[in-house]
Amino acid sequence: MTAALAEPISPTRDRRRSAFATLVRTEAILNVREIIPLLWGTGFPIALLVVMGAFSSGPDKSLGGFSLVASYEPILIAFSIATFALQGVPVVLAGYRERGILRRLNATPVGAGRLLGAQLTVCLAFTLVSVVGIVVVGRLAFGVALPGQPAGFCLAVVLAAAAMLGLGLLVAALARTGRVAGAAGTMLFLPLMFFAGLWTPQATMSAALRRIGDDTPLGAAVAALQHSMSGQWPSASGLAVLAGYAVVLGLLAWRFFRWE
Amino acid sequence: MSAVVPALDIAHLRKTYGRKVAVDDLSLRVAEGEIFGILGANGAGKTTTVECAEGLRRPDGGSVRVFGVDPYTDRRAARALVGAQLQESQLQDKLTVAEALSLYASFYPEQADTEKLLARLGLTGARNTRYKKLSGGQKQRLSIALALVGRPRLVVFDELTTGLDPAARRESWQLVRDLRDDGATVLLVTHYADEAERLCDQVALFQAGRVAACGRPAELIAAAEAAGGAGYPGRLTLDDAIVALTADRPADRRSAAAGRLTSVALSTNELSTNELSTGEAS
Repeated sequence: MTAALAEPISPTRDRRRSAFATLVRTEAILNVREIIPLLWGTGFPIALLVVMGAFSSGPDKSLGGFSLVASYEPILIAFSIATFALQGVPVVLAGYRERGILRRLNATPVGAGRLLGAQLTVCLAFTLVSVVGIVVVGRLAFGVALPGQPAGFCLAVVLAAAAMLGLGLLVAALARTGRVAGAAGTMLFLPLMFFAGLWTPQATMSAALRRIGDDTPLGAAVAALQHSMSGQWPSASGLAVLAGYAVVLGLLAWRFFRWE
Repeated sequence: MSAVVPALDIAHLRKTYGRKVAVDDLSLRVAEGEIFGILGANGAGKTTTVECAEGLRRPDGGSVRVFGVDPYTDRRAARALVGAQLQESQLQDKLTVAEALSLYASFYPEQADTEKLLARLGLTGARNTRYKKLSGGQKQRLSIALALVGRPRLVVFDELTTGLDPAARRESWQLVRDLRDDGATVLLVTHYADEAERLCDQVALFQAGRVAACGRPAELIAAAEAAGGAGYPGRLTLDDAIVALTADRPADRRSAAAGRLTSVALSTNELSTNELSTGEAS
């Protein structure tokens, strides 16, 4: 009876998964089991893309010479990035804090910082899978050209994700509960998606609105994605806006984050 | 003997939250291999003290050493030595018992056999059950399993048996004894004097952020008898001793009331009567 507690097992080095890999795997499994955020972040933008594709009829002057589906692709990519970073991460992390999970992890040699890292890794992985999914479905089903400037496109995706994760972490830092984090995430998501052009694409916005939009993270993200998809290098000012949001929001989140 | 490193050595610990002083100049020493009980009213500084030992809180003053290691500056080493069962900490709803155990096992350099641990805690049948679907007792046993999965040398149980039925409490006591027999040191924060009296080799009575008295249960009872007893005839229990030894000075004006309350405590085995009597005084 007592031997059960005393007896060690000898973990062979190659079979022992590192703590971080196990954390990432566990967080990924939990995210898949949660399913609803995954449907919103991956399923919904792709479904919307298919609907757009069905109604799309060649290049449209009012959309800056793009077809409907091509002009919406960067918007849907921004939608996916924002959903995972702003509606997924804060709810999970604030919930973990609320339930004492972060505190419990801080009582182990690994610490809760590693869990934060695992959560961000999983969020980025899911985001990238969705972005690739959107681009591939756009290409195969509706003939939308692949990004003409792939490096610029990847940079825009990464910086957009970093900016939105900065915001998501700040929400997680300031919200007391998972529920509050979810509500705050959604309240930020809607205006940010407006400037991304979800309801009226940027090409159809007034000049004043578009100027404001260029200084919002998702407005800048969609412009940078649009440029790189049509073969140009994204504007330096747009990338700088994204990087600025990532750094400032990230630092604020760092400053205010509490483990319990 | 002086060369032996204590499992836990706390000297002049001070911890404040804003203006509130939670722990003030508190010292205690836990020898390796003993079951050490910490008793005291709510707000006496019990949880704050063990959280400093677990490395969850940074002391404002004094020193804390776990087997000679500072839990705050040498976190990783200290936390590998300590297994913590925390109050009010939950797990992810959709995490299964087996997943939780192998996840926490991956955090530690030395790992217990998770299958045997599941069996010992009666969780083998629930291994694929998600946390949300576990009963309260199963959740409690899982939190114990997670505290033990890293083969800790010091195990900290914060209110291990609060909310358990009498049979489950006795099972937990047996587990604590087994741990000690295996060579682990156990720090037991409890509200129950009868639990401490039956289980603990040493008991520290906390009061207002200090150690009011410390010793073997029998020694504490003897000290209380020497100090004049509980104010009514009969052999003292540790419960009586706690009331007598942690009473505010001067205690005379409410010793009669304390005696009446203690007789109530004998039937409920709860320390909360002590809170009642101190509350009355203030």
